[in-house]
Amino acid sequence: MAVIATSPTTTDSAQEMDQAGRRRRPPWGRFRLLLADAPTGAIVIIAALVVVAVFAPWLAPHDPLQPVPGALSTTGPAWETGDWNSVLGTDFQGRDILSRVIYGTRISLAVGLVGTLVAGSLGLAVGVVAGYLGGLVDQVLMRIVDAWLAIPALIFAVFLAMVFGNKLGIWSIVIILGAVFWTRYARVLRGEVLSLRERDFVRLAQVAGASRWRIMRRHIVPNVANTWMVLASLTVGVVIILEASLSFLGIGVPPPAPAWGSMIAEARIPLMAGKWVPVAAPAVPIALTVFAFNLLGDWLRVRLDPTQRNL
Amino acid sequence: MTQVPSAAQVTAPTAGSEPLVSARGLVKEFPIRGGLLNRRVGEVHAVSGVDLDVYAGTTLGLVGESGCGKSTTGRLLLNLLQPTAGTVRFEGRNIAGLRGPELRAVRRRLQIVFQDPYSSLNPRLSVGAALAEPLRVHGTARSATEIRQRVNELLELVGLSAEHAGRYPHEFSGGQRQRVGIARALALEPTMVVLDEPVSALDVSIQAGVVNLLQRLQDELALTYVFIAHDLSVVRYISDEVAVMYLGKMVEVGSRDDIYLRPTHPYTQALLSAVPLPDPRRERARQRIRLVGEVPSPVDPPSGCRFRTRCPKAQALCAEEEPALVDRGHGHPSACHFAEVLDPLAG
Repeated sequence: MAVIATSPTTTDSAQEMDQAGRRRRPPWGRFRLLLADAPTGAIVIIAALVVVAVFAPWLAPHDPLQPVPGALSTTGPAWETGDWNSVLGTDFQGRDILSRVIYGTRISLAVGLVGTLVAGSLGLAVGVVAGYLGGLVDQVLMRIVDAWLAIPALIFAVFLAMVFGNKLGIWSIVIILGAVFWTRYARVLRGEVLSLRERDFVRLAQVAGASRWRIMRRHIVPNVANTWMVLASLTVGVVIILEASLSFLGIGVPPPAPAWGSMIAEARIPLMAGKWVPVAAPAVPIALTVFAFNLLGDWLRVRLDPTQRNL
Repeated sequence: MTQVPSAAQVTAPTAGSEPLVSARGLVKEFPIRGGLLNRRVGEVHAVSGVDLDVYAGTTLGLVGESGCGKSTTGRLLLNLLQPTAGTVRFEGRNIAGLRGPELRAVRRRLQIVFQDPYSSLNPRLSVGAALAEPLRVHGTARSATEIRQRVNELLELVGLSAEHAGRYPHEFSGGQRQRVGIARALALEPTMVVLDEPVSALDVSIQAGVVNLLQRLQDELALTYVFIAHDLSVVRYISDEVAVMYLGKMVEVGSRDDIYLRPTHPYTQALLSAVPLPDPRRERARQRIRLVGEVPSPVDPPSGCRFRTRCPKAQALCAEEEPALVDRGHGHPSACHFAEVLDPLAG
C-alpha cells in the first residue's frame, strides 16, 4: 500500500523509455552482427556455386551438350594427355567434362532450391493448418504424414518418377522432391504451432475477433519462420543428394542435360578401366555443395533457435 | 492507505440496479485423459458453481491462491472458455455459447489484459501493428492515417508516446509492455476489462505506475474492471467489491470494507492475517492464523466445505453439509457455517 501511494505514475514510464531508446541500431549494423559468426567456408562455397551457376556460359570452355570438335570420346585429363583444350577430358560422347560440371551447377542448385521451396511451402501449409485448427483436421493430416514418412525416400521417389515419367522435364524431379520431403516440415512445424497457439498473444488476437486465417498468417507463420529457415537449409543438401541419386539411376533430370548424378552414372565404365577423373569431377562438387548447406543449416539452427543449442 | 480514494472507488453499486455482467452457477471442468485409449479418466474441477455480479463502472477484485480458479472464472466471463454448466449474462443476455458475428460483437465490449507481458505480445509484430490489429479486424478505423492516429492516441492514453509505435516488443521493459497490453485492450473502447493479474509479473516499483494508470483510465473512460490478483494490498487499493475464492468456490463476497475490515470466513481471515502490517510493534503483537497442510487437489475436492481440511474451526457438520454463500447476519454473504467477524489486520 505504502509503495503504491508514494510512487507517482510518471516515473517508471519515463525511465523505461530512455532505456528502450538507446537500444536502436541501424539496419546494416544488425545484419553485420547476424553474419559475424557465420561459417566462412560454407558462405564462400555457396557464393562460388552461385557465381558459377549464373555465369556458366562465360565460364565453360565448351558447349556442354555437343561433342568438342575434333576430340575423341573418353579422353583422359589434360595432365595425362597433354591436351589442354579439355582440361578434365571428354566423356563417352566426346563432350567436355569440365563444361558439363559447370552447367551441372545450375541444375543442382535450381533443383535443390526449388525442390526445397516446394517441399517447404507444402509442409508449412499443412503443419500450420494441422497445428492451429487441431481436432479432426489435425488427426487426418498427421496420419497422412505418418504414412508418408513410413515409405523410404528413395523408393518413393523412384515410384513417383515412374508415375510422372519425363513428361514435365526438369519440373517432374522438382515435384517429386517436394512430394518426398514436405512431411518433415509438416511434422516439426505442427509441433511448434501447438505451443504457439497457447500463447497469450494468440488468445488476445482471438479476443480481438481476428479470424483463424488472419491469426495463422499474422501470428503463427512469422513465428515459425526461423524454424522453417533451419529446416530448409538442412533439406537443400538432402534434396541435392536425392536428385543426384535419381539422376544416377537414370530417372532424374532427363538427358542430355548435364546433371551431376547422371554424369557419375555415365562414368561407371571408364572407372572400371581405372579412369577416376570422370567420376570425381561431378562427385566433388556434390560433396562440397551438400557439405556447405549442412554447415549453413547447423549454424542457422544455433543462431536462430537458442532452444536447440544442445541438439 | 495514505492516498485519498478516488471518486470511482467510493461509488458503491446502487441497490436494485442491474449488474453489467452476471454469472450464475458457473462450472468449468477440464477433462484428464490417460491410458492407452486416451480415455477420460477424471476431471479437474476448476470452477464449481460460482455466482458473480459485476456492476457498471465498478471494480470487482477476485482474490485467492494460485490454482483456485480465479483466472478460469475471468476467462469464463469473457467467453474465452466454454463453461461446463451455468450462464454468463452480459447486459441481460446469455453470452455462453455465442458464435460467429454475435460473439465478435460481444468480444468488442469485453476485453482482457493478461498477466505475462512477455507472452502477450507477438515478438514479430511492431507495437503499432499489434494495436492496429483489433482496429482492422473490426473496421473501426479504415484508412492508414485513421489507424495511425488511433494507435498514437492509444499509446498516449497509457503514458507511452507515438514514436513507440514502430518498435518491437523486445525493445520494451515489462512495465511498458503491460501498458501496451492495456492499450490494446482499450483499442475497441470496451465496456468491461478483465485484468488477469496485470501487475503480478512486474517489479513492485513499476506496479504502482500501472495500477494508478488503470484507475485513471477507469475514471476517464467509465470502465468496469474485474481485477484478478493474489496480492491483497493491490486489490484493496483498486477494488470496490471483493470476491474471495478457494478451490473453485466463492467463500466470501462483499464490499471492500466488508472483506478487509469485517471478514467472516476463516479463509479470508487467514489470508488477511498473512498481510504484513507496516507498524512493526503491531506486527509482532498480532495473532496470526496459520493454515496447515496443502490446498487439496481440484481433481478430488473434499466433501462438504472445501476449506474444512485446513480450517481451524472445522467440525463434523463441515464434512457433511456444504455451506451456502449467504448473508449470515454480518451484512455480506459468507460460505461458512461458523461465520463470525474478526479483523486480522487490527492486530
